[in-house]
Order: sequence, then structure tokens, then C-alpha cells
Amino acid sequence: MNINFMIIVGSIIFLIGILGVLLRRNLIIILMSIELMLNGVNLNFIAFANYLGDVKGQIFALFVIAVAVAEAAVAFGLIIAFMRNKDTFNIDDMTLMKG
Amino acid sequence: MLKYFWLIPLFPAFGALVNGLFGISFFKKKRWVNIFAVGTPFLSFILSSIATLELLKLPAGNRLVKAILFEWVPGGIAVLRDGSSVPFSINLSFQFDPLSAVMALVVSGVGFLIHVYSIGYMGKDPGYARYFTYLNLFTFSMLLLVLSSNLALMFVGWEGVGLCSYLLIGFWYHKDSAANAGKKAFIVNRVGDFGFLLGILFTFFTVGSLEFTSINEYIKGGHLSTSLATVIGLLLFVGAVGKSAQLPLYVWLPDAMEGPTPVSALIHAATMVTAGVYMVSRMNLLYSLSEIASGVVAVIGGITAIYSASMGLVQNDIKRILAYSTISQIGYMMLGCGSGSYSSGMFHLTTHAFFKALLFLSAGSVIHALSDEMDIRKMGGLRKYLPVTFPVFLIGALAISGIPGLSGFFSKDEILLSAYLSGRKWIWIIGVITAGMTAFYMFRLIFLVFYGKERMDEEVKHHIHESPKIMTIPLIILAGLSVIGGYIGLPEAMGGRNWFRSFLSSVIEEESHPISHSTEYLLMGISVISALIGIYIAWLFYIKNPELPEKLAEKFKALYTLLYRKYYVDEIYGATFVRGTLNLGEFLSKYDLAVIDGIVNRTADATRGTGSASVLFDLKVIDGALNNMASGFGKGSNIFRKVQTGLIQNYLLAIIIGIFIIITLTLFI
Repeated sequence: MNINFMIIVGSIIFLIGILGVLLRRNLIIILMSIELMLNGVNLNFIAFANYLGDVKGQIFALFVIAVAVAEAAVAFGLIIAFMRNKDTFNIDDMTLMKG
Repeated sequence: MLKYFWLIPLFPAFGALVNGLFGISFFKKKRWVNIFAVGTPFLSFILSSIATLELLKLPAGNRLVKAILFEWVPGGIAVLRDGSSVPFSINLSFQFDPLSAVMALVVSGVGFLIHVYSIGYMGKDPGYARYFTYLNLFTFSMLLLVLSSNLALMFVGWEGVGLCSYLLIGFWYHKDSAANAGKKAFIVNRVGDFGFLLGILFTFFTVGSLEFTSINEYIKGGHLSTSLATVIGLLLFVGAVGKSAQLPLYVWLPDAMEGPTPVSALIHAATMVTAGVYMVSRMNLLYSLSEIASGVVAVIGGITAIYSASMGLVQNDIKRILAYSTISQIGYMMLGCGSGSYSSGMFHLTTHAFFKALLFLSAGSVIHALSDEMDIRKMGGLRKYLPVTFPVFLIGALAISGIPGLSGFFSKDEILLSAYLSGRKWIWIIGVITAGMTAFYMFRLIFLVFYGKERMDEEVKHHIHESPKIMTIPLIILAGLSVIGGYIGLPEAMGGRNWFRSFLSSVIEEESHPISHSTEYLLMGISVISALIGIYIAWLFYIKNPELPEKLAEKFKALYTLLYRKYYVDEIYGATFVRGTLNLGEFLSKYDLAVIDGIVNRTADATRGTGSASVLFDLKVIDGALNNMASGFGKGSNIFRKVQTGLIQNYLLAIIIGIFIIITLTLFI
């Protein structure tokens, strides 16, 4: 497998994640997009680990998955707490920090 | 007893203290006030008499007792005029010698009689205890003056009598005229006292001591130059001119008659005003040394004598006539002292104390009888109403006129004799003319008061009464003294030995001029004739032709007005010194208001101006800068706060764009 192919796929997934975070309004979708970005990065790690014949990249990918799980759990907690207060998932309603 | 003579002045001081602190409201009864008021001068008189008698037992050369009580003014080292330095020290010390003895006897003796008289005269006055407090204080000060053994303590007494004089002239202080007269006396005396003080200081500066004995030794040692003696003598004489009411500082004495009559008798006739004569006699060595100083004393005395006698000729106030007479008689004494015959001055001082006190007190008796009337034009014919006052007044008038046999004759003739011998004959002529004028105004007084028509109001006439015994007995005693007082100085020409002069000879050194008895008789005759002419003219004017004086006054209107208005001296002094001082005061007050206050006010205004400017600066500049800065920050942050949308996606976008830019830059630059 060509390394370029894997990097491009990883980058595309990452970009899709960025766009999702930036453009979507639904909190759940944004969270999912963040997972996409993480996974795009993971793909990158694995691709280079394979390319360089080094396992450190793979170990790092496992770390990222573990951390992502924890992050997702915390984020869902926050989202539910938000929804209970505001009855919505729309991020446009989250303007408490407006200057 | 002689060594306790320093107690003499302390008795009246004690009396003044008791009456001054407690007074009638404490004692309830006048009797206690009287005991302290009259008893204390009496004790002084007794002690003075005993001390004098003991002094007489001493040999003539040793008649000097000193009592140094303590060092009064200890000072450092003083550098004198000739460059030598001596310790400056003044003792509180007294001295008793023939001169002090004479003065102490006169002051305490006549003073005691006047105190007694005052009991009757001031009996109904509400300020009874206050009056006696002042009177005792005066006696104390006067005795201090005459008994002190140095010039400094003498000056204390000198100022003390001045103060008492002020207090007693203004005794009826609710009367404006009395209060003003007191002030006038005090201020005029200040002028003289200034000179006196300068003289004292100059004496110390020259001699190095203020003790009379040291000064006399210094002069006897020939250390004092004539010119210095002149300076000191003239300065001290300025003080005597003020205190003894000589030209040109006599103006206060006639006004001093506003005080109670016994005060006029004691202070302004018998004792205080003669302090100048005493001082000149005390410093006789000094004055003998300086021809100029003694000449000035004689000339001032002579001119004062005739000048004030001329004013006495036309006055209408009984007490003022006596006041001018006093000035004139003190002029005589000064004339005697200045002519080198200090003992004759002291002799006249003594006899004058008797007959002038007598005249004042009997005038007081007349005033008392006429319900406080003092204008002789509203008297007359009082002879039969006042059977005691009239003869004693007559004795006083005869004595002062110099009628042979009475005291004034002896003393006055001795003065005239010394004036004749001193080489200034014109002063002798003045003296003789003054003797005639004296006789004239005294008998004018007698004829107008005791003879002629009764010119008082019916109301007053109804109340005429002879004074009580407490007033007449002192009068009788004084009348007796006025008659016999002269015989203590009976001149050799009349068979006496002039005991008075030889008594004083240990203190007063004077040249004796040999003179034939026939010349002396001639001089006596001339002055007696002058006096008789004066009496005759008075009789002519006021008994024989009562309308004559008015005609004469009409004819010589200018002269009469000049005399009646007292040579306009009061007006001149008023226009120059008084008005000048007031103008100066007003000018200074204006200067104060305009310039000094102006400066202060301008400074205040300037300070206030800078203050408000500083406030303005604070508000506008400092606060303004801060406010502007704050509002600038406010406005600035208003711009930037718009960035803070609160939408997390905006932030993320910015982060990503930023990362993108950074990566781009790192990659391609």
C-alpha cells in the first residue's frame, strides 16, 4: 500500500471532521466530527508506523482511542446537561460567553 | 530704733495691702479701715521722729545709716564708659541721713494729718477703702523714694508715686474730666521719667554704681568731668521737671485738681511734686559741679515761678489757683537749688508742705461747706460761716505771701538771698515780682471767698456748715506748723543759727557767701514790700473797688484773655503733641489697614487664586487625563468586544485559519 494513499485518506477524513466542527450546528454532529478528526489523525499515525516499521505510532493511536473514549463520555455529559437547560442541541444558542 | 528705720515705708504698704485686699465690705465697719489707713502713716511718723532724734545724737559727720536688706538685681559684668568693668549689682537698701529724715518727717507727718482729714472729707464716698488704699500706697512709694539709698530704688518710688497720682486724680473715674486728667498726668510724667531713666543709666555707665554714697565719693574724688556732670544733671532734671511740674511739663498739675482735695493737698502740693527738688538736693554735688546744669535748674525754676504765678492771677477755680501757686512755689525751690543753696530749697519744701497742705485742706473745707462749689465767683462772705477755716486759711495765705514771722517768709527770703548772691540778679528780680504776685492772688482768693457779697445760690447758702472736728483739727495743727515751721531755719541776721542748714550740712555741701546783715535786711525788706504791695492791690481791686478788675480786664482784654486761657499752652500742646500723636496714630492705622493688611489680604487673595487654579488644574488636567484614558479604553474595548461572539465555531475558525497561516509561512518562507 502506498503511504501517500493512506495520508490522503487520513487528511480527507480530518478535513471532513474540521468542516463538520465548523459548519454544523447540531452538538451531537460536532462531537461526531471531532471523533472523525481524531480518527483521521489515528490513520496518519498508523500509516507512518507501518511505513517506518516502528510500533510507537500504533501505540500512540491506541492512546488516542482511549483518550477519545473518555473525551466522548465527558462531552456527552456536558451536552446532556446543556440540553436539559436549553431544550436544544443547537450550538448557536450557546452564546453565554458573548462579549 | 535707728537701725530699724527701713520699716518706715513698710507700715503704709501694710495698710494699703490690708485695705486693698479686704476693704469695707470685709470689715463691715469704717473704723477698721480707718485704723489701718490712718494708723500706718502714724506709725511711720513716730518711727521717723524717733529715728531722727537718734540721728541727732550722732556726731554731725556720721549721720548716715544704711540698711542693705538684700541684693535686689544681681547682674553680670558691666562695661563702663571708661572701659573698666564692674559687677552689676543693685541692692534693696535704704539710707537715713538728715536729708532723708527731713523728707520722711514731712511725708509721714503731713501725710498723717491729711489721712486724718480725709476721714471726714471722704466719709460719704462709696470708694472709701479704695481711696485709703491708694493714699497709703502713695505714702509707701513716697517714703521709698526719699529713703532709698540708690537711684534705682528711688526710681521705683518715683514711678510708684506717679502711679498713685494717676489713680487718685482719676479717683472719680466716672467723671470724664477726672479720667482724662489722670491720663494727662501720667503721660506727661512719662516724658520726664524717660529723661530721668536715661540719667540713671548714664550715671551707672559713668560711675559704675547707683548708690548715692558711691556717686558722691566718685564726684569728690574728682573723677567726674564737668561735661558729664552737665549731661547727667540735665537728664535727671528732665525727670524733676516732669514730676515737679516745671516748664514745659507743668500742664498736668492744674488738671490734677480733678482729684479729691486731700489728694491735691498731699500729692500735688506737699509731697510728690517736691520729689524733683529732693532729687536735685540729693544730687547736689553733681549739680554744684556743673555750672550749666545748675544754671538750667535756676532759670527753669525762676521762669516757672513767675509764669505760673501770672496764670494764677486770673483763674476762678479755687483749687486751680492753688495749683498754679504750687507750680510757682516749686519753681522757687528749684530756683534756690539751682542757685547753689540746696538747703534753702529743702527749707522752702518743708515750709511749703505745711502751708500749702493747709491751704488746700482749708480750700477743701470751703468746697465741702459749699456743696462741692469750686468757682470763687460763686462764693464770698464766708468769713462768718466758717469760723475755723477762715483764720487757718488766712494764716496759710500770710505764710505763702512771705509776711514776716510766718514760715514762708524765712524760706522764701533764703531762696531770694541765694538767687541774689548767685550772680543772676535778674532771677532775683523775677523772684521778688513773683512774691508780689503770690501775695496778690492769695489775697484775691481770700477777699473773694471770705469777704464781700455772698454770691452763692440760696440753696447752697442754706447748707453752709463748718467742717467736723476731724477735718478742722488737722487744719489747726498745720496752721501752727505754718507759723512756727520757719523758726527751724532762723537766719543769722535775725539772731538764729540757721539750724536747718547746719542739720543738712552733712549731706549738702554749699558755699557760704559772706554777706553783711544790712544787705540781708534790705533784701528782706524789698520782698516784704513786694508782698505788701500785692496784698494792697488785691484789697484795692476786690474790697475797695470791686468793679475795678472788670474794667481792667476790659481795658487789657488781650492780656487778660491770654492769662485766663493759660497762655494757650494746653491748646498749643493739644494742637502739636496731642494732635500730632493722634495724627501719627491715624496715619499708622491707615498705613496698617492699607499696606500691612493690604499685603496680607493680597497674599491671601493670591493664595486663594492659586488654590482655585490648582483645583481647576486637578479637575481638568489630572482628572481629565485619567477620565479620557478610561473612556478611551472603554471605547477601544467596545470595538474589540465584538470579536467575542460567544459562538465557539467562530473561534475555531480563527484557530484553524491561524494554523493554516502559520503552516503556510513555515513551509514557504
